[in-house]
Amino acid sequence: MALSTPVTTKHARAGGRPLGWVSRPMLVTLALLLSFPLWAETVGLYPYLGIEVVVWMIYALGFNLLLGYAGLPSFGHGAFFGVGAYAYGLCARGLTANPLVALAVAGLAAGVAAAAVGALIAHRRGIYYALMTIACGQVFWFVSMKWRALTGGEDGLLNIRRSTMSVGPLHVGLQDNVTLYYVVVAVLGVALVFLWRLVHSPFGKALQAIRMNEKRARFIGYDVWLTKWAVFALSGIFAGVAGGLLAISQESAYPNVMSVHASGFVVMATLIGGGTVSFWGPVIGALVFIVARDLLGALTETWLLWYGLLFMAVVLFKPEGIAGLWQTYKARLSRRALRVQAPMKEAPQNGSV
Amino acid sequence: MALFEARHLGKRFGDRVVLEDITLSFEAGQLSGIMGPNGAGKSTCFNVLTGHFPPDRGQVILDGEDITGLSPRQIARRGVARSFQIISLFDELTALENVLLALPPVRAAGFRILRDAAGDPATVAQALEVIERVGLGASADVRSGSLPYGERRSLEIAVALAAQPRILFLDEPTQGMGADGRRHLLRLIQQLKERFTIVMIEHDMEFLFSLADKVSVIHWGQVIAEGTPRELRTDPWVRRSSLGADTSEAADA
Repeated sequence: MALSTPVTTKHARAGGRPLGWVSRPMLVTLALLLSFPLWAETVGLYPYLGIEVVVWMIYALGFNLLLGYAGLPSFGHGAFFGVGAYAYGLCARGLTANPLVALAVAGLAAGVAAAAVGALIAHRRGIYYALMTIACGQVFWFVSMKWRALTGGEDGLLNIRRSTMSVGPLHVGLQDNVTLYYVVVAVLGVALVFLWRLVHSPFGKALQAIRMNEKRARFIGYDVWLTKWAVFALSGIFAGVAGGLLAISQESAYPNVMSVHASGFVVMATLIGGGTVSFWGPVIGALVFIVARDLLGALTETWLLWYGLLFMAVVLFKPEGIAGLWQTYKARLSRRALRVQAPMKEAPQNGSV
Repeated sequence: MALFEARHLGKRFGDRVVLEDITLSFEAGQLSGIMGPNGAGKSTCFNVLTGHFPPDRGQVILDGEDITGLSPRQIARRGVARSFQIISLFDELTALENVLLALPPVRAAGFRILRDAAGDPATVAQALEVIERVGLGASADVRSGSLPYGERRSLEIAVALAAQPRILFLDEPTQGMGADGRRHLLRLIQQLKERFTIVMIEHDMEFLFSLADKVSVIHWGQVIAEGTPRELRTDPWVRRSSLGADTSEAADA
């Protein structure tokens, strides 16, 4: 459950590693999510909540490519989430009735925006990088507030109709929340497979190498600038698709998701979940964030205070997040198992030598 | 013609002149040594030669091609590899992965995301071979950050070796090593010498003299003496400078 499965000597001897597309946790996650509408109401939740959870999972997964894998802190990522939502809305209202096309446009628009921002900041590192992302994010937020003709200003872009999605002979009406939920989970499934593939590819390893030691990566011949730029753009595409899905579900697009504090949500969610130590961190974090918002929000207006305290507790006591807690627990279990097995294991080894 | 040449390099940081006028040439198949007291400009010289910063003046020539001012990436891709005085690894990756990343076929796959980093058995085997050559076979699957210091030193060299470089720059490979570690490195570099053109900065004069075909002494940003180890032992410049004291100390020890 680490950031990616290491390449080991076993792979050298066994003749490489098969191209893995799925993993067991992935199947379990998708099975749990697919069954959610069946038991949602029993645990006091509802399908619409599931939509937002999964949308945030997609958003946070793409964001973690930057934060967890490449070690690039972006505090303005809401910009691309928002660009995706607006692009979807504008497209659905004016250009096409097919949500699939509009979603592709949302991803593309956010990707282009992120590519532009990425080109400005890819030579930076650390705190300077972070500050530049805030500044660029603010530009997008400001534009969305002021360009009323395009975005509707503070009121947002309203009346984005949930139309019917047509894939070949298949027609899926998105009006129903449960149906829309399954569509969103399908998008998550594609995103998971793609990202799982990506983080185990040479590109994924290069991202991690850049996080650990940018200088050495450069001296062994990697194009650090291009890699940092590409991962920013890619992460923007994910944010854009997620934003498009949010626009479908809310039937509108608002500027608030682009503000600095809203951009902070995806950072907090990813860190609480454990994005720095696990592929699954952002998935866990998105779940905790949206459910906390809903449950705590129902109890008190000041839910953000309590969520903020949770974040502080995680940062203070377990910076590796919830996934980190799980890893520590598993490591303890396997150490205990090893202690029990050790005497039995050693004996035959000595015998064979 | 020499494989690698530096012609009249000059470099200053602010008003501090670090490289006054450095001219060096390294022959293919040889091990060339660079020595000099602290602050003489040895590391800056390496940094200029491998593209970390461009020189203010002068030229860097690799096999007849002017590579002055190229980026580290461009220079690395032309077959120049280097190790660092302060160990510079990918600490959370295993030893094997550190080497794997530096292999040209993996590096070239850079943006092909539908391939597995371990998907090509020949490549992984090649990485393992490099690991075994530096004597880290048993630690291949250990996180490089958890390796003992001596093994990290060897891995530092392995990562540079992985690219099968035309010329290998080693920046103080014995830094911080005890006697046992030095002996291991001596044997290792002796073996590497058979197959690679090497340029090595080294403080330990005995270590350097027992390996080098030719040594250049840098002081005050200039090459003050040059020759075979045997010639340098009798060179009045080398004997008179603080380096001479080093020799007698090493001889006493």
